[in-house]
Amino acid sequence: MTAVADTAILTGRSLRHIPRSPDTIITTVLMPIAFLLLFVYVLGGAIDAGAEPYATYLLPGILVITIASSVSYTAFRLFMDLQGGIFERFHSMPIARPAVLWAHVLTSLVATLVSLAVVVLAALAMGFRSSAGPVAWLAVAGVLAFLTLALTWLAILPGLTATSVEGASAFAYPLILLPFVSSAFVPTDTMPGPVRWFAENQPVTAVVDSVRALLAGEPVGTDLGAALAWIAGILAVAYVLAKAAYRRRIG
Amino acid sequence: MSAPAIEVRGLRHRYGELDVLMGVDLEVARGSIVALLGSNGAGKTTLVRILSTLLTADAGSVTVEGHDVATAPMAVRQAISLTGQFAAVDEILTGRENLGLVARLRRHPDPGGVADALLSRFGLAEAASRRVGTYSGGMRRRLDVAMSLIGAPSVVFLDEPTTGLDPEARREVWAAVRALADAGTTVLLTTQTLDEAEHLADRIAILHQGRIIVDGTLAELKALIPAPTVELIEKQPSLEEVFLAVVGARPRKEHP
Repeated sequence: MTAVADTAILTGRSLRHIPRSPDTIITTVLMPIAFLLLFVYVLGGAIDAGAEPYATYLLPGILVITIASSVSYTAFRLFMDLQGGIFERFHSMPIARPAVLWAHVLTSLVATLVSLAVVVLAALAMGFRSSAGPVAWLAVAGVLAFLTLALTWLAILPGLTATSVEGASAFAYPLILLPFVSSAFVPTDTMPGPVRWFAENQPVTAVVDSVRALLAGEPVGTDLGAALAWIAGILAVAYVLAKAAYRRRIG
Repeated sequence: MSAPAIEVRGLRHRYGELDVLMGVDLEVARGSIVALLGSNGAGKTTLVRILSTLLTADAGSVTVEGHDVATAPMAVRQAISLTGQFAAVDEILTGRENLGLVARLRRHPDPGGVADALLSRFGLAEAASRRVGTYSGGMRRRLDVAMSLIGAPSVVFLDEPTTGLDPEARREVWAAVRALADAGTTVLLTTQTLDEAEHLADRIAILHQGRIIVDGTLAELKALIPAPTVELIEKQPSLEEVFLAVVGARPRKEHP
């Protein structure tokens, strides 16, 4: 039980960083909200995404971008701990060592879920509507939390191995761009062949389509299974790589 | 005579092609202050990292308070405290929160009480509720040393504890180290400056080219060089003495 208590103490410590560096929360939600504004009020009029309001079509992809932008701060926080020497202090203390990384992971989950909630509220103000019941909303929260966990472990890797602050958070750029080549902004059937094939077979489309179906109160079909399989795969690979990088790092 | 607090036998470590430690032997008696002296890159930090369980040695044995660092690292971590070369403090938390964090991790029954006691002991009471990011280098170092004392570790490692400090702050750290040893704590500190070793240490060990080449008291070390010739010269005050005479009389201000 000491591992649980150590994790709780260290999570409390890094959670305290978040309200004290409000710039991290603002940056995390600012970009997704800017995308929402841009696509709903500027570009959305020219996009034919079906009968429902474009904000409703758009939101799932924006939530994926929110997660990607939020976990880049996880990499940043871990990097700063390693730079400062407090990581070594923790490791020379009689505490459960896995607690040091898990505290960052839990902090990332909490911070990301707060950011997601803020972005959903902003989308509501821009016309997003959902007919989903509580069970479907829970399922959406579950899928997004699972994705956050996987991408957080992916963020641990640059957090442990980067040699500069920029390097620690740069890994998030491809993650933020990936939704653009998916069904997040426009339906994939408007894309040319090879791009369409990529868009239809990459994880963001599976996640976006299943979240969109859940929010619309429609049956999710095979999308949900594919999304969960993608996330589980990313999580497994990222976890193994992060643990290996951790072992190399602590010698 | 009781068993030494730290016992190092035939310790070896290399980074790739670079041999850093090539058979280090060292004993540190309980309750003493030993200064590990060596130039940059001599391997002082490597040795301290092995002693504090942050690094696994390639060969040799190390025991701290009778616990083997390789087979019983948790027991070693229970007995030790490390103040590394870079102040290991959380800059976003306040001084008081930093101390409380370490106290909770060490399961101290009264984290707030021990934090307050250490803050006043290290002259940080006024700055207690300020973020550490606003502290001066000397204040950070003092907080760092204070954090290492929570849980009353019986062995304290200090890796270049006064590097980057002004002479006043350095003397404050020295006083804290001496108080520790007076209370029975074993202290192993590394330093590049000879007068630090001279001021603080009961024994001085010189690490050079991967081995401890000399280990003894200051008097023993002085006996190793030829008897001095007597010359009459006027003793000029050192710049440090001048600096301390000019600024040292006033009480230290808390603000950076």
